[in-house]
Amino acid sequence: MMRSRDILAFATRAATATPLRTALMMLAMAIGVAAVVLLTALGDGARRYVVREFSALGSSLIIVLPGRTETGGLGAGSFVTNTPRDLTVDDAAALQRSGLITRVAPLVVGNSEIAYGGRLREVVVVGSSTAFAEIRNFTTAQGRFLPEEDWRRGSAVAVIGATLDKELFGTEPALGKMIRVGDRRYRVIGVLAASGSGLGMNADELVIVPVAAAQALFNASSLFRIFAEARNRDAVPAAKDQILDILKARHDGEEDVTLITQDAVLGTFDRILGALTLAVAGIAAISLAVAGILVMNVMLVAVTQRTSEIGLLKALGATGRAIRLMFLTEAALLSIAGALAGLLLGHLGAWGLRLAFPVLPAYPPDWAILAGLGTAIVTGVLFGVMPARHAATLDPVDALAKR
Amino acid sequence: MAQIELDKIQRIFQLGDSEVHALQDVSLRIEAGEYVSVMGPSGSGKSTLLNLLGLLDRPNDGTYRLEGRDVTTLGPDDQARVRRERIGFVFQSFHLVPRLTAEENIALPLLLAGIAPAERKTRVAQALSDFGLGTRGDHRPDQLSGGQRQRVAIARATIMQPAMLLADEPTGNLDRATGEDVTALLETLNGRGVTLIVVTHDPHMGERAHRRIRMEDGRIQSDTQR
Ligand SMILES: Nc1ncnc2c1ncn2[C@@H]1O[C@H](COP(=O)(O)OP(=O)(O)O)[C@@H](O)[C@H]1O
Ligand SMILES: [Mg+2]
Repeated sequence: MMRSRDILAFATRAATATPLRTALMMLAMAIGVAAVVLLTALGDGARRYVVREFSALGSSLIIVLPGRTETGGLGAGSFVTNTPRDLTVDDAAALQRSGLITRVAPLVVGNSEIAYGGRLREVVVVGSSTAFAEIRNFTTAQGRFLPEEDWRRGSAVAVIGATLDKELFGTEPALGKMIRVGDRRYRVIGVLAASGSGLGMNADELVIVPVAAAQALFNASSLFRIFAEARNRDAVPAAKDQILDILKARHDGEEDVTLITQDAVLGTFDRILGALTLAVAGIAAISLAVAGILVMNVMLVAVTQRTSEIGLLKALGATGRAIRLMFLTEAALLSIAGALAGLLLGHLGAWGLRLAFPVLPAYPPDWAILAGLGTAIVTGVLFGVMPARHAATLDPVDALAKR
Repeated sequence: MAQIELDKIQRIFQLGDSEVHALQDVSLRIEAGEYVSVMGPSGSGKSTLLNLLGLLDRPNDGTYRLEGRDVTTLGPDDQARVRRERIGFVFQSFHLVPRLTAEENIALPLLLAGIAPAERKTRVAQALSDFGLGTRGDHRPDQLSGGQRQRVAIARATIMQPAMLLADEPTGNLDRATGEDVTALLETLNGRGVTLIVVTHDPHMGERAHRRIRMEDGRIQSDTQR
């Protein structure tokens, strides 16, 4: 019986004796595996990006929208509503009575322009309350957030985002300065710490004023949304029921609001992007299959070229098993080396992606790495060994005669 | 009991619709340590006979007893073991593995038999010096002359100390002087007790054997002992 170390050495010599063939086969393998690693890193990076952005909202958050939808998630026809009653500040205040809800923030959003000392720019104005900062995880770099006060009587104060602070005030201190938003004047009482993110609206470019001030500015009495935070994640379903009950009672028994929870939104995005990643992985897997077929052809040529060598080995007393083991080892060596090279290449590519797009956490998921490596090695070994199996059964004289 | 006993061996090749009777009713006994030459016109079945003796091929009919054991009915793995341990084969075209050095080529049968590296080393070193290849151990076949290649092949065939050495036109690809050397080498090995069976075209070489078998049309035509 041949020693396994001798088989390994023999297979290594055989593989390195034909550098071109070996390089070609490894390249095919490497490209296939690298494609799987890179594309799934891209897909999963996008998924993680979205999940992370939503997680910034807080996991016990319930968003109340005016109007009724069928599903409550972000499905088809999600925002088709039938002339709903407006949400009001009083609705929001009523939600505070629920024991399951710790924080409520009414929300008004609109576009306006902001001016200070001759500098002017377009801005998104958010009208809300003190709790908005905690719900959205905002921290102030200077000053403080909106004060606790009656939501119906907003004082003329504003909190501005970090970018606005830089653009309007430069190095000048902003606290205490009077800014103009639309046709009203507000005193700056706080500057938000730079965050750089915030799905949909970039917190660095917001100006936040008391909800009543925003309603006056936009001459509106309704709310865009109500943010409510349940006591904890487990309390979310019960809190949703209570919100519905409270608002139903206030809206003449009609259930004309939609509640969105982060879990529902996240779940939808997670599913969509997860499916996308899988699809992309599937496309990459095709390139792996192509690599496998290439490996089969290359090994077929190798075995054909070496049929007389196989005959010689049999004449010298090699068993069919020993021959199969030699070729199996050779194919395994090539596949593993190619797959590992591909893994390295894929990781390099993913690293490059992360350099180019720092917001995208483009890391290949573990399952993709395992599947990529597994497919490469299994197809390589399988396709590599099949031709050798046949050659190993030939009579030595027939194998020897082949040139 | 003779070392080799062939009884009514038939070997038929199928060539399209026609059949080629490469060996017909061949019966033969060869004692251990004999020196036999096989001669005859091209296509008379010499190589086929030698391949059968070396278990590289199987007869369609008849029995082959090697050292008292019927080897025609052995399974492939047992046949491989017999080839490995009892038979050394020398080919006209050397059949060296081109990517391996002389040493590695000689060591191949030891490798296949699972012999430990340390013992392999000493045995190959011994063989290299015995066969006058002392300084050529790390040369690849394409760096060796024809005579050197055939000596490597003979060293490989004898490294497992087989009971018989089968050589199919071992000097066919060599010039006369080199051929003489190789023949002398084979005869030396025979002198140490190994059965030697040589297929040859060269009458001069055939004459040197103690026993000469002449083949024609797949049959043994004459079998003369000197
Ligand atoms: N693999 C084979 N297939 C078909 N015919 C073969 C094969 N091997 C040998 N033969 C035929 O068998 C006969 C004997 O061949 P061989 O033993 O090689 O002759 P020799 O070695 O005496 O020249 C020849 O007619 C040859 O054509
Ligand atoms: Mg011949």
